Amino acid sequence: MHGSSFGLGLRKPHYADFLEGESSVPVDFVEVISENFMVAGGKPRQILRQVRERHPVALHGVSMSVGSADGVDRDYLRRLRALVDEIEPMIVSDHLCWTRIEGFNSHDLLPLPYTEEALDIVCANIAVAQDLLGRAMLIENPSSYVAFDDAPMTEWEFLDAMSERTGCGLLLDVNNIFVSATNHGFDPHTYLAGIPADRVRQIHLAGHSRGRTMLIDTHDKPVPPAVWALYEAAITRLGPVATMIERDDDIPPLAELLDELAIARRLARGEARQAA
Amino acid sequence: MSLLALQRDFRAWLAEESHEAAARFGDAARPGLDIYLNNYRSQLVACLSETFERVRQWLGEERFLSIAAAHIDLTPPGAWTLDAYAQGFPDSLERLFADAPEVAELGWLDLALAEAFVGPDGPALDAAALGEVDWDDAVLRIAPTLATRAFVTNAAAIWSALSAGEMPPPVKHLAETATILVWRKDLVSCFRTAEPHEADLLALAGDGATFAALCAQLIGRLGEETGVSAAGALLGRWLGEGLVVGTE
Repeated sequence: MHGSSFGLGLRKPHYADFLEGESSVPVDFVEVISENFMVAGGKPRQILRQVRERHPVALHGVSMSVGSADGVDRDYLRRLRALVDEIEPMIVSDHLCWTRIEGFNSHDLLPLPYTEEALDIVCANIAVAQDLLGRAMLIENPSSYVAFDDAPMTEWEFLDAMSERTGCGLLLDVNNIFVSATNHGFDPHTYLAGIPADRVRQIHLAGHSRGRTMLIDTHDKPVPPAVWALYEAAITRLGPVATMIERDDDIPPLAELLDELAIARRLARGEARQAA
Repeated sequence: MSLLALQRDFRAWLAEESHEAAARFGDAARPGLDIYLNNYRSQLVACLSETFERVRQWLGEERFLSIAAAHIDLTPPGAWTLDAYAQGFPDSLERLFADAPEVAELGWLDLALAEAFVGPDGPALDAAALGEVDWDDAVLRIAPTLATRAFVTNAAAIWSALSAGEMPPPVKHLAETATILVWRKDLVSCFRTAEPHEADLLALAGDGATFAALCAQLIGRLGEETGVSAAGALLGRWLGEGLVVGTE
């Protein structure tokens, strides 16, 4: 059902576009940050309910922390389950990372060493999460700024094994592959070739910034040409996959993001990026 | 290194900038660790700046950022939601500005309004059903987002002026402590200064006292005729403002 669908992230500057227009915004789905709507009530929940009346919704989380050595937070999962039950999302996803340990929460997507121990922990945590949520999740590859050189697995090998053991799907962030490949010096096409194509259910596209020493996953710019090129390679290998564009800072008018999404649609049809 | 040990070292780097912990990741990791540290602190500063906008305006950007940084040094975040990180900041303001209570009061108001915005939904008031209510036995259902605090300064007036982009009044210590009420009506957070006795009556109602018991309180304070009429006026105001969302 999600194969050839194209969506955008729902962000505050575009609420009116999504809710007030006579016709729906021309997207196949919208993705929201789950935690922004895991609140007791008020306007955020009302907005999400209204958007859900117009569009399928994907819930994308940043705080599940499937990589925590001390397990997942069951209170968090129960709250997410309540949101899932209300919104009936097409996708529930989070990241291959950790954010929390022993009562400390970093609110950032921190890197994991790709070891057998970490794989066991991540798989156990995903199993608990999927059980409590009553559904399979998608797990996204993160951008990273630290690599653990003594880890025996590559990220794509880890994702493959994780997906195989837990049954979870994969959310492939093409920008994150590009950022991490540049930062850590691996070939992004080798990464793509190592990903189990049949497990990828969604693709993220975004822009990044050049920091002093590394690329930073800032989501504050249009998708750059190098990421479009990698997306083209990804869909050639994966076939039709639900694709969305993330923009979290310096957010432009919705029309600009729809223009970017049109590029993704053209590439998915096998047309050139610049074609009208 | 076990995953738990690695994560403890990462926490020590982010929360305490422990160079000893950072060194265990190796020299090559340092540029990346700096990026994570910057991300961590930037997120928390952004959370405080966004939630405590009037405090930031009142203190000025530079001073606010310095206080936010000191708070972050002492108070690592614990909850899964970034919104919860704001909850400890008014206590820091109270400690740091013991001689300027308007700062903590502004902070409390910023936070209370933000929390009311996403607080629990109350039931929709059924105006038609009010005509059928037996007021002798009725218990008022108070807005679930109601929060109150005693103010010793005119911080509420300062907050309003800053919010409207106007020159705020100078700080004034009130002759008598005022109670500020914060709640959400429909989808909008609002606040006002409580009338004399009003906060006590709202607290009584919140504890399950009947409307008749509230009337008795007012009659005891104001006399029969004035008390009854004051109770009716208060009830009408509470219903109109969304402070009362129904009866039980």
